[in-house]
Amino acid sequence: MSDEARGALDIDQSKYDFRDPEVSVYRSVKGLTRETILDISAHKKEPAWMRDIRLRAYEVFLAKPMPKWGGDLSEMDFDAYTYYIKPTDKREDEWGDVPEDIRKTFDRLGVPEAERKFLAGVGAQYESEMVYHSIREDLAKKGVLFLDTESGLREYPELFRKYFGTLVPPEDNKFAALNTACWSGGSFIYVPKGVKLDIPLQAYFRINSENMGQFERTIIIADEGSDLHYIEGCTAPQYSTRSLHTGVIEIFVHKGAKVRYTTIQNWSHNIYNLVTQRAIAYENATMEWVDGNMGSRLTMKYPSIYLVGEGARGNVLSIAFATSGQHQDAGTKIIHKAPNTTSTILSKSISRGTGRTSYRGLLKVAKGATGVKASVKCDALMLSPESRSDTYPTMEIDEDQVSIAHEATVGKISDDQIFYLMSRGLSEQDATSMIVQGFIEPFAKQMPMEYAIELNRLIQLEMEGAVG
Amino acid sequence: MPELALDIRDLRVSIDDGENEKEILKGIDLAIPAGEIHVIMGPNGSGKSTLAQTLMGHPKYKVTSGEVSLLGEDLLALKVYERACKGLFLAYQYPVEVPGVTLAHFLWNAHQAKLQATQPEAKKDPKAVLAFRKRLNSALETLKMGPDFSTRHLNVGASGGEKKRIEIAQMEVLEPKVVLMDEIDSGLDIDSTKVVAQAIHAMKKPGFTALIITHYPRILEYLQPDRVHVMASGKVLCSRGMELARELEQKGYDWILKEYNAS
Ligand SMILES: Nc1ncnc2c1ncn2[C@@H]1O[C@H](COP(=O)(O)OP(=O)(O)OP(=O)(O)O)[C@@H](O)[C@H]1O
Ligand SMILES: [Mg+2]
Repeated sequence: MSDEARGALDIDQSKYDFRDPEVSVYRSVKGLTRETILDISAHKKEPAWMRDIRLRAYEVFLAKPMPKWGGDLSEMDFDAYTYYIKPTDKREDEWGDVPEDIRKTFDRLGVPEAERKFLAGVGAQYESEMVYHSIREDLAKKGVLFLDTESGLREYPELFRKYFGTLVPPEDNKFAALNTACWSGGSFIYVPKGVKLDIPLQAYFRINSENMGQFERTIIIADEGSDLHYIEGCTAPQYSTRSLHTGVIEIFVHKGAKVRYTTIQNWSHNIYNLVTQRAIAYENATMEWVDGNMGSRLTMKYPSIYLVGEGARGNVLSIAFATSGQHQDAGTKIIHKAPNTTSTILSKSISRGTGRTSYRGLLKVAKGATGVKASVKCDALMLSPESRSDTYPTMEIDEDQVSIAHEATVGKISDDQIFYLMSRGLSEQDATSMIVQGFIEPFAKQMPMEYAIELNRLIQLEMEGAVG
Repeated sequence: MPELALDIRDLRVSIDDGENEKEILKGIDLAIPAGEIHVIMGPNGSGKSTLAQTLMGHPKYKVTSGEVSLLGEDLLALKVYERACKGLFLAYQYPVEVPGVTLAHFLWNAHQAKLQATQPEAKKDPKAVLAFRKRLNSALETLKMGPDFSTRHLNVGASGGEKKRIEIAQMEVLEPKVVLMDEIDSGLDIDSTKVVAQAIHAMKKPGFTALIITHYPRILEYLQPDRVHVMASGKVLCSRGMELARELEQKGYDWILKEYNAS
């Protein structure tokens, strides 16, 4: 991209790149020790069983080696992070009670405004805890629970314990263990039998403190025949030292229920984003991950779906965008364990400058899972000669009566397309970002409109960066 | 207004096919007064599209010498999008498909970019987008195309003839001053040719200048061009009136190539 092509866009970058003075009542010391974990647990006034899980997870975390596959984690220093920050003493239900500077941050992100428009409830995570929480009254009447995870544990201990850590146990991987040891914040959602939510629930997450690890833990339970769309969006300010985000998300989709989990993450370019997202779908249930990964220094994230009941469906739609110095190592795991289960995966990745995207996918069909239909499509677009894109698809098919389609394309942006758009009056940069937006359109059109617009704006921002 | 909309002098153009440079345009001279409609005909491979693409600024075509002015300005010094903003428009022989980008979205952005370039001081009119929609829909209607084309992805899945009509619809909406039309009538059925010709005819107003590349005189019967040029082997062989187009239709190119010792 030519120099003059850059900077032509007038976009309010400050909307995404700002930091507020830190406010916190309690802040743990840097580094992770057994004492830190006891501290966190005591501070949260948790039951003993949760404290014990944390401690067990801590041992697992210490015992497990750093993963050698995926992205480069060699520069990560676990001692450099703060593992828990509690920004205010109590959670607020009224927007007006939220401390001024935190409110300002959310105002700039447009949270309440978005809520007014179409949201059923907002759980806003500021640093480690939910500080703002609201849910429409009629949802509450229907028995829908939408709380921060701590409140979920406190107010619905049995329900919580029945599900917590059952899909993603600490033993699963080093970062799941880390999250289990020091989780804080996240959403706890329960939708009762037959309740269908016609508007999405959503939470905003925001990391605003240097070298702070954010370990949100989200649990979503969709009871039989229910229907839920949950949206999580993240923007983080830019910092000079490296932050860590390690979330765990567990989603349970019971018989005949449907859950869609949509996320667009735009981490600042120095964050390690290492997330475990897993869902289980029972008989005739549908699980959909709509996953957008932008920003971060390294993202390793492989949303997975276990199709365990006959007729269950799983769809995953993802985009990843890596600019210079970034590596998006993302993919999808689908495990067909029951007959007549179906899945579709559509992955779109874009790399620019020295950016690198990898698609790392697993499609598994267990013996006995007859009549499975699965399709995997990965498209990669590279915008610069130095960009890199790799595909690592793994298929483990232990059953003959299945129908599986796999397609992968890797392409460079076409000069003729750019020329065509420019010949109508668009600058090179506008033409390029329009083509990129077109490339991810199958993803964007699945988003509520405001998110699609936000996504396009983020893409334009990414196209503006310093290295071409 | 400058007298000449396009003034091309000794234009030489090469392409680099990876190994060696090949000269395709070997000294083109062509002057088109503002407000006139000119035609270029010529055998396949004679360089007609190369000329059109070069004028629009495709990076593949390297200008090795010559000068071109567009409405009195040095065209070759302008970037591609600047050429468009100055009022140049190319209707492509092979319109490009852009998946995921709707015609309306694309054209609105192009329209805004042009506006920004020509009237940077103009205030943003919040109703402009509605007016634009109307214009696009009416342009599509003129071309006998449903309004759904505005929300379809640019040229994706469109038939050959539909693509050509989408080009003309874009032209109507963007209101260029100087248009280059590269085989806009190829692949059009008889009725569509008429529809397209009428649409172009309707755009004729003082100062509207067109250079039409074609192999068939049919569309020209509607448009009554001022001048017909014949290109062969990267050069303009001769320039005459409309009767030349009919003659070529009857007799082919051999005779005229012989007449000018160009075969
Ligand atoms: N990108 C290219 N690579 C190689 N050769 C090219 C390229 N573009 C044009 N040429 C060559 O230049 C010559 C002129 O091509 P051009 O497309 O301009 O012809 P034309 O007069 O438009 O023909 P037609 O009537 O078939 O459309 C041809 O010999 C063609 O093969
Ligand atoms: Mg041609």
